[in-house]
Amino acid sequence: MKVLIPTPLRSYTRAGEVEATGATLAELLGDLERRYPGLRFRVIDEQERMRPHIRFFVNGEQVFDLTRPLRPEDSVQVVQALSGG
Amino acid sequence: MSRTGPRAERRSRSRTGRGSPARAQKTPTPARRPRPAGRVLVLVATRKGAWLYRGDAARRTWRADGPHFLGHVVNHLVLDPRDGRTLLAAAKTGHLGPTVFRSTDLGRTWKEAARPPAFPKAPEGEKGRAVDHTFWLTPGHAAEPGAWYAGTSPHGLFRSADGGVTWDPVSGLNDDPQYRSWMGGAQDGTPDGPKLHSIIVDPRDPAHLYLGMSSGGVHESLDGGRTWAPLVRGMEVVEALDPSNITFHDPHCVRLCPSDPDRLYQQNHCGIYRLDRPSSEWVRIGKSMPGRIGDIGFPMVVHPRDADTAWVFPMDGTSVWPRTSPGGKPASYVTRDGGRSWRRLDSGLPERQAWWTVKRQAMAADARDPVGLYLGTTGGELWASRDEGGRWGCVARHLPEIYAVEAAEAR
Repeated sequence: MKVLIPTPLRSYTRAGEVEATGATLAELLGDLERRYPGLRFRVIDEQERMRPHIRFFVNGEQVFDLTRPLRPEDSVQVVQALSGG
Repeated sequence: MSRTGPRAERRSRSRTGRGSPARAQKTPTPARRPRPAGRVLVLVATRKGAWLYRGDAARRTWRADGPHFLGHVVNHLVLDPRDGRTLLAAAKTGHLGPTVFRSTDLGRTWKEAARPPAFPKAPEGEKGRAVDHTFWLTPGHAAEPGAWYAGTSPHGLFRSADGGVTWDPVSGLNDDPQYRSWMGGAQDGTPDGPKLHSIIVDPRDPAHLYLGMSSGGVHESLDGGRTWAPLVRGMEVVEALDPSNITFHDPHCVRLCPSDPDRLYQQNHCGIYRLDRPSSEWVRIGKSMPGRIGDIGFPMVVHPRDADTAWVFPMDGTSVWPRTSPGGKPASYVTRDGGRSWRRLDSGLPERQAWWTVKRQAMAADARDPVGLYLGTTGGELWASRDEGGRWGCVARHLPEIYAVEAAEAR
């Protein structure tokens, strides 16, 4: 499925949009890690929690649960939250 | 279990009648002479990236190399003295989680650690800890190539055996129940989170370690980190708090003297101290600082060859803790007699209306003769002195807030 990558993570992907697979958001992140080593830990901590300033959207809807099922036609967006200077 | 408390400390000391068991096997380390060749490399870590400043042979002019990791919060950038080529950078961004970058060619190319410092996954139903940032990096002992230590926020000690590629938690500290209680919670740390810092490896013994926790005290291990004991006797805490509670102790920076590894200096939230092992009682040597300046600050710098000489950079620790240079007049202070007296060193520094200060990792000495001193300010300026603080000159302005400065010998 299509995954939109925010600029802070493009040092890993070298692209703003990549393809990855997974039946859940967790599996998708596992596939992204296989393709782009190091990426997952920058957005998910060691306790399997989303980093405080990283957000995930599936088909435009914000998702907070890594077990969220995904379908091949879904579009996933990784977004960095706003921040100050 | 940790070896904790005065009773355990006495037990340990009684085995040799002098100090630690490890110390009994140590031999004195001769003072190292300045290296005549090579160049001093000043490593500057900032809130928005890192820079390398390469000096000429006389340390008069400096060439900036950077930014590296522009936009990353870089808490520490350290050169491995064992090869003079490998750099490690502790980094994160405002959005992304923490990591460690590694260069084996003095910063020309970088690779990310394959497994950065991270706590183990907590059992189901328990709230586990997550590293917010790696704060401190220390190369391991000369006899252990590839060994590195990292201190994190929240408090955590990590070790790498492969030059910083993969990192493992030091469970003897991180998971010890007594230490977990002394580490306290987020409110027991600095406004930017608790910091595990000042990881020191005894140059005579790779198993003899020290570290500091802000807050949470100074601690010592004699067995490579498997067990730890507090080393806080003589240290003061904030008025009305109980000094017997290890959590209340806030060492800001601890340094071991390379020329006499039995001597340590400490800049604390509550004064400047010296410790001469095998004693385990810190002596507050900051009382001899001028009263109008006080003895509060962040950095502590030791001389590479003279254990009686050390430098501090005081800050205003009155009222609401402005943490600026006292009176807006920045100055370093040096002792040449182990803390019995202090001399102000402000020649070349701004004479007034300079409200910056120097963080705990942001002041360093090189190993030349005379010693070069380097400091980075919260206002993004890098200052240097080629004569042990006698005269200061500004090397760089307009950098981001400087978090750490290290002086090293590049090969």
